[in-house]
Amino acid sequence: MSVLELDNIHSYYGNIHALMGISLTVEKGEIVALIGANGAGKTTTLRSISGLLHPRKGHVLLEGKDISHLPPHTVHRAGLGLVPEGRGIFPGLTVLENLEMGAYIIDDKAEIEKGIQNAFSLFPRLKERAQQMGGTLSGGEQQMLATARGLMSNPTILLMDEPSMGLAPVLVDQIFEIIKELNKRGTTILLVEQNALMALSIANRGYVLQTGNIVLTDTGANLKANDMVRKAYLGM
Amino acid sequence: MRNIMGTGPAREIIMPIVQMAIFVAGAGALCSVIMIILATLFQGSGADHLLQSTQGVGIFAYTVGNLPQVLIDGMTIGFVYAAIALGYTMVYGVLQFINFAHSEIFAIGAFAGVESLIALNAVGSLAKAGTIGSFGYFGLALLIGMAVAGGTAVFVERVAYRPLRNSPKLVPLISAIGVSFALQDIIRLTESLTTGQFYRVIPTFGNFDDRLTLFTIGSKAIDIQVKSLVVILAAVTMLVALNYLVKATKVGKAIRAVSQDPNTAALLGIGVNGVISLTFLVGGSLGGAAGVMYALKFTRIDPFVGFMPGIKAFAAAVLGGIGNLTGALLGGIVLGMIESFAGAYLGTFTQGAFGAEYKDMVAFLILILVIIFRPNGLLGENLSQKA
Repeated sequence: MSVLELDNIHSYYGNIHALMGISLTVEKGEIVALIGANGAGKTTTLRSISGLLHPRKGHVLLEGKDISHLPPHTVHRAGLGLVPEGRGIFPGLTVLENLEMGAYIIDDKAEIEKGIQNAFSLFPRLKERAQQMGGTLSGGEQQMLATARGLMSNPTILLMDEPSMGLAPVLVDQIFEIIKELNKRGTTILLVEQNALMALSIANRGYVLQTGNIVLTDTGANLKANDMVRKAYLGM
Repeated sequence: MRNIMGTGPAREIIMPIVQMAIFVAGAGALCSVIMIILATLFQGSGADHLLQSTQGVGIFAYTVGNLPQVLIDGMTIGFVYAAIALGYTMVYGVLQFINFAHSEIFAIGAFAGVESLIALNAVGSLAKAGTIGSFGYFGLALLIGMAVAGGTAVFVERVAYRPLRNSPKLVPLISAIGVSFALQDIIRLTESLTTGQFYRVIPTFGNFDDRLTLFTIGSKAIDIQVKSLVVILAAVTMLVALNYLVKATKVGKAIRAVSQDPNTAALLGIGVNGVISLTFLVGGSLGGAAGVMYALKFTRIDPFVGFMPGIKAFAAAVLGGIGNLTGALLGGIVLGMIESFAGAYLGTFTQGAFGAEYKDMVAFLILILVIIFRPNGLLGENLSQKA
């Protein structure tokens, strides 16, 4: 059974048909990249999975359980972790409080503490900044915090929306190193990226999204070598 | 072991007390200094001569002599305003919406508290109660007022605001104004049907009307009514509890998370509707408690009793910076102080041309000036970031 399965998803914004039958699967332990240009429907796909937008047709299955019509907080309880677009850091909460909110659904204090120590070992920078307000962090630090917060609930799968957006190139490399490291530690990841080259370099498999349709799917390496992908998304 | 769900619970209890002390001392000192300067300037004026001939004291001595009493009164009413203002500001924080029905939530709390005291009085419990017992009964009335007001606030949100959550901002605002009128008339109808009159007077019991002498300056005793002391202590306790709830508990952090980014909060498993209901419950309870305290201090309440304190508390919330809890506290205290000073000195300084009843005008004038020069309030952040 796939960890995550999208079966013929149709989503709308009002009357605008944004997703026209998206199907994809993510298997346990994989990094799957979803690439595509601006407006192709990448974020809409993530919104349709996470419950912020309910698909009008089709099903989203998380470990076989239909989550298509659940509200976001229930989807999260079912085991879906999200690092939202623009990071979604609570600016008026401290770094530590942001992490605690990531573990909102966990009642066991010892487990929360373990999660925080884990986050600090992954991102020592966050430990230095633990008592600082989230809004005062730099873009890279906010991305670290959003990633660490997404992991706090021990999700079955982590959805990452444009983690490289707005970061300096050196930080982009660092963030992708971190994603690889998380995956090595056992986290299944669905990665949505505009930076197709980086995303495909670390992904096991990839899907190419174009105006609400999946037009191509293959292993990361094959997609990176694919002529159409190279022309359209890699600028080669 | 390090406390992971807070940065030291003791700190969250001591901090707001220190903060309130600073606000009271600061606002009180500022008003006092201005008053003393004015009194110095008015020496030899008509007002000075009038006081000399009628009371035998100069305006300077009169001003300074009354200061302690004015400060105590300002503090008392300031804490009541702060408790109401917190309800406005908390709801604004999570929904970016002004709950204009909050003044009626206050009135409902006042009626629930006073009616339960009247009922206790009718069965003779209040007459038999000793000093401790009467404090207990007042505490009970306070809790009943909080429960009824909090429950009403949650109910109002559920039926009148939640269905309009995704409408343009003006729509729930109109709904709130409608709820406000509806609640006024529900109170009036209920009271006139059951009691034949629509104002109620809190029963006299215990030693709430006694005056405790705090200290004496020369021959003048500075005293405080027991009920003012009760109001101050109850308000401070609740404000500290609220601060603890919001800063140091998991649900409090969830309230702040929802007010900063409701979408992300939902994605992290926080039930946004539940948090909003909780916010109305907490804000409504505080408003209800303020209503019962107001009734204790001013004794007579009617269905429209909420309007003035409500609008002033709203002004206080805006003065401090709407959406900011510390700001509501500061705004309430500042407004209470200004009002108390204006009420005490306006008549004397204008030789009776403006009486104490013009204190509201002074309070609102100062509010307008603050808003003109600091549109985001004294402690407000840039509101455009939230829009």
